[in-house]
Amino acid sequence: MSELKPRKDLLDIEGLELPEIEHVLSNAVPFKQLFQRSVKKVPALRGKTVLNLFYEPSTRTSSSFEVAANRLSADVTNFTVSSSSVVKGESLLDTIETLQAMRSDYIVIRHQAAGVPDIVAKHTGASVVNAGDGYHAHPTQALLDAMTFREVHPDYEGRKVVIVGDILHSRVARSTSTLFNKLGIEVAVLGPGTLVPGGRHDFMKRLRSWDEVFDWKPDAVYLLRVQLERQEGQFFPGIAEYHKMYGVNTQRLARMRQLGAYLMHPGPVNRGVEITDEAMRYERSLINTQVENGIAVRMAVLHWLQPETDTN
Amino acid sequence: MNEPRDIEEILNPEAIAEGVGELARQIAYRCGGDEVAFVGIHTRGVTLARRVAAALEGHGLRYPVGTLDVSLYRDDFDRRGPDLPSLAGSDVPFSLDGIRVVLFDEVIYTGRTIRAALDGLMDYGRPAKIELAVLVDRGHREIPIQPDYVAKTLGTTREQHVKVRFQEDDGEEGVSLETPHKSTAA
Repeated sequence: MSELKPRKDLLDIEGLELPEIEHVLSNAVPFKQLFQRSVKKVPALRGKTVLNLFYEPSTRTSSSFEVAANRLSADVTNFTVSSSSVVKGESLLDTIETLQAMRSDYIVIRHQAAGVPDIVAKHTGASVVNAGDGYHAHPTQALLDAMTFREVHPDYEGRKVVIVGDILHSRVARSTSTLFNKLGIEVAVLGPGTLVPGGRHDFMKRLRSWDEVFDWKPDAVYLLRVQLERQEGQFFPGIAEYHKMYGVNTQRLARMRQLGAYLMHPGPVNRGVEITDEAMRYERSLINTQVENGIAVRMAVLHWLQPETDTN
Repeated sequence: MNEPRDIEEILNPEAIAEGVGELARQIAYRCGGDEVAFVGIHTRGVTLARRVAAALEGHGLRYPVGTLDVSLYRDDFDRRGPDLPSLAGSDVPFSLDGIRVVLFDEVIYTGRTIRAALDGLMDYGRPAKIELAVLVDRGHREIPIQPDYVAKTLGTTREQHVKVRFQEDDGEEGVSLETPHKSTAA
């Protein structure tokens, strides 16, 4: 038993206290053990409903939440709003009213605008889980990254992770770096100058080249996805140029192997951009582990949050 | 848990050891030739199962011991307070299919924990038979589940609390019956 304040929503990493983070990460371990059984399901959330509300397409995250909810025996409804019918202002509140009427216990929401999950959380008794909002936050990604890194490095404090890519537009970079920093893991960044924000995350060491990265001796290299759909050609000259400067190629892979550095990526991977085909087969790639841990962490999150629909 | 209460020691370490021996004798007598596995319910049910298994080795019977965390199978999820369950996880590293399983818990009270444990066990396989062993039966069942092996039967009121302490889990050994003072009882 750990005494924690009941928490209704998971909106970002900044608002979490260390005991809460430990609670989720340690409970995720027994959830992951369930995946080894032939019956992977437990009845913990039987009779509860989880609404997956996705305003942005995301097969991976929404499936991961769906599998997590299913394995807890909750009923899941997927509600995907096409990105063309962007919902703003009043219509968002209308949507919330509709959701209230559906009496969901948990709402998993992804939205292209930062802060939407917070607004929804304020207007509903359901527990709201932010599954990514604009450039703001993606807390369950951060938790699954922490779980994955801690599995390979149980002595994680003081270890180093370099995040490579588009830091500016990445809610993953933001949430994961914040969580790693809270856990005492050192974070550095490498990316095109136009895509690395100045000032906001002072704890992140700024590296300027792969040579500097390897001199820094990271324990893991965390590649961000180049979000081709968001900014092609605006922030860097082109895909080939990006690959040449920041991608993991044969030479860089060889140096990672020398260091024993692990490879992480939130997926989906752009082969030939962030990473070559060969590097995808790297023996220290944690990409598939991240997917598996994502389900375990999301189960732990749903199990931890306490909707106000519980108490009448 | 800090309200004033009377504490009566029910079993001392020697009496607990006798109880463990008694459970071992009963199980050896009834299960002797069968293929048997023990499964303990976290935390103290696991300790009890291990102690009985150790005692049975003296009879030349070696039974494996698995562990079961029933938190995810409970029916009072909505009623949890600020104490959030830290999951211990289950570890049943052998097949339960077709064998005789003895489930262990330190105390049986309402029977709801055992109900949850039975659901949990079924997710690991289809045992030929499931039986229940407890150190203390304190009565007040809320569902029709009864133990097959009991070391000590104890008459209690609902307000009372039976507290089992094992060296391995609590750093001391004993079973006590705690009665809250009337002035503070709800």
